[in-house]
Amino acid sequence: MSTETTLAPSGTGGNGSPGPVRTHRRLPRYGVAALYLGGVVVGALLSALTGFSIALTVVYGVVLGTLAVYLVARRVEGRRKATDRLVTTVVTSAFGIAMVPLVSLVYTVLDNGLGRLDSAFFNSSMLGIVGEGGGAYHAILGTVIITALTAAISVPIGLLTAIYLVEYGTGRLKKAITFLVDVMTGIPSIVAGLFAFALFALFFGPGIRLGIMGAVALAVLMTPVVVRSSEEVLKLVPNELREASYALGVPKWRTILKIVIPTAIGGLGTGITLAVARVIGETAPLLVTTGFVNGTNLDPFSGRMTTLPTFSFYQLTQPGFPPEFGIDRAWTAALVLIILVMALNVVARLISRIFAPKTGR
Amino acid sequence: MAKRIDVSDLDIYYSNFLAVQGVNISIEPRSITALIGPSGCGKSSFLRSLNRMHEVIPGARVEGKVVIDGQDLYGPDVDPVDVRRQIGMVFQRPNPFPTMSIYDNVVAGVRLNGGRLKKAQLDELVERSLRGANLWNEVKDRLARPGSGLSGGQQQRLCIARAIAVEPEVLLMDEPCSALDPISTLAIEDLMTELKERFTIVIVTHNMQQAARVSESTGFFNLSGVGQPGRLVEFNPTQKIFSNPDEKATEDYISGRFG
Repeated sequence: MSTETTLAPSGTGGNGSPGPVRTHRRLPRYGVAALYLGGVVVGALLSALTGFSIALTVVYGVVLGTLAVYLVARRVEGRRKATDRLVTTVVTSAFGIAMVPLVSLVYTVLDNGLGRLDSAFFNSSMLGIVGEGGGAYHAILGTVIITALTAAISVPIGLLTAIYLVEYGTGRLKKAITFLVDVMTGIPSIVAGLFAFALFALFFGPGIRLGIMGAVALAVLMTPVVVRSSEEVLKLVPNELREASYALGVPKWRTILKIVIPTAIGGLGTGITLAVARVIGETAPLLVTTGFVNGTNLDPFSGRMTTLPTFSFYQLTQPGFPPEFGIDRAWTAALVLIILVMALNVVARLISRIFAPKTGR
Repeated sequence: MAKRIDVSDLDIYYSNFLAVQGVNISIEPRSITALIGPSGCGKSSFLRSLNRMHEVIPGARVEGKVVIDGQDLYGPDVDPVDVRRQIGMVFQRPNPFPTMSIYDNVVAGVRLNGGRLKKAQLDELVERSLRGANLWNEVKDRLARPGSGLSGGQQQRLCIARAIAVEPEVLLMDEPCSALDPISTLAIEDLMTELKERFTIVIVTHNMQQAARVSESTGFFNLSGVGQPGRLVEFNPTQKIFSNPDEKATEDYISGRFG
């Protein structure tokens, strides 16, 4: 690795350069690549000692390559540059490690779920199905209905709370609400489910299962998320815009309605969509509140309802006979759920792009 | 149209901190009154107290009287919203509404106050206000474009157009040119001299040449020390302030011997 390139044309490396800026020898790109390649080769040999595996080769290769680059860079480029390279590698590796479970999860779900991603899955319920066939028609509709109800409860409450906190709240009450919202954000989802269960059991007796109960339980989880995200977005609206509006003699409520909210609408939409994505995959609270049913029930105010997560859960734990068909359905339900969440994320991005304040000339 | 403002014994507080003390001033209609003084001496606080804008800041309050044509702005049955409809304001940084087009920005005051005008009337109002702010020729072909796409000076004139579109009696300007280049500043100064035919204008400025160029009367605010309230040291015709001021402090500030 003795090849040297210099930053300044007149520089000769080291401190003796005539220019005002010190020039340094630098490692060429292919030198670094070669070191890593060497590391991987050695790593492959090392892992071959204990029976060859790709994962071990990569791990050995990265560790050895980084070590070699650090040592060589330290000799050639100096300490600061070598540390820079080392830390860059550490940060990049951390990112790579974080990506491993994500990629693995998406791959596994695709691998297992694509098989049953057919029209029957979207067209039929589980009524009368024991083995092959069947679908999640009832579960998909159940998820859509319950999530829509949840949003209908959470969004007005959450949005108005956020407006209160940002525009009106002062002193102790504001602090208390903020604290309670923070606490609510951390409530375990099963606790929210038990809350809804206990609430409805008071009125309808124990053993009651309704779609609306699930929506109430999910609303307990979703409201604080909506409050938090809306509050942050509303805080971002510049105070100058509020003052400009007040100075025109516009009352406060109209300023909020016509200036503050339209300015923040992109962020509000994004926050709400992400909050929906957060609760759409909840399982535990729905198990105790909406129950499970094989047929299609579209009325959240009477009878049990199935949602995608509970569908997946039951297909996995009680797959019927022979079991592989149930397990396939569980994977496909998981895949549909992931697709739904991804679609919601895309919608959130679209909302924030479409409604962002325009700056074109 | 334009109104006279009489201020007597005005104290401005932020919570318990007395920011400005004992201001007595009488602002003539159809004229430009400039307020000068070092930073933090309470010029802006005083200006904002003239249309009750300072109340927007939590804990801010006022003691004393601000009388506009015989009516006390701080009377118990006066709604600050109504005060602000009579007394418009232009801020230091141009702040057009980012979600609105140039057209909508100009009519924002009328629309947001629930005014229902026909399309033709709105069109006329937009043209009149933009002409009043010397902006019509520059933007008449792109009224539907966002206001935030204009240059800084154009944005500030758009804000002035927006302020005069609601036909206020008085126009308050809080350092309207401090974020602008000399050419835009000149455009706005020319505009002020035109606008004083119709409005009473009060302007806060750090630019003493600007005060000398545009104003009829000038008030000099100063603090006696850190933590002390600001006071109106001298209020006189601009000519006199800049040639032969009554107070030594004014002379020191204007000639740059201050501090």
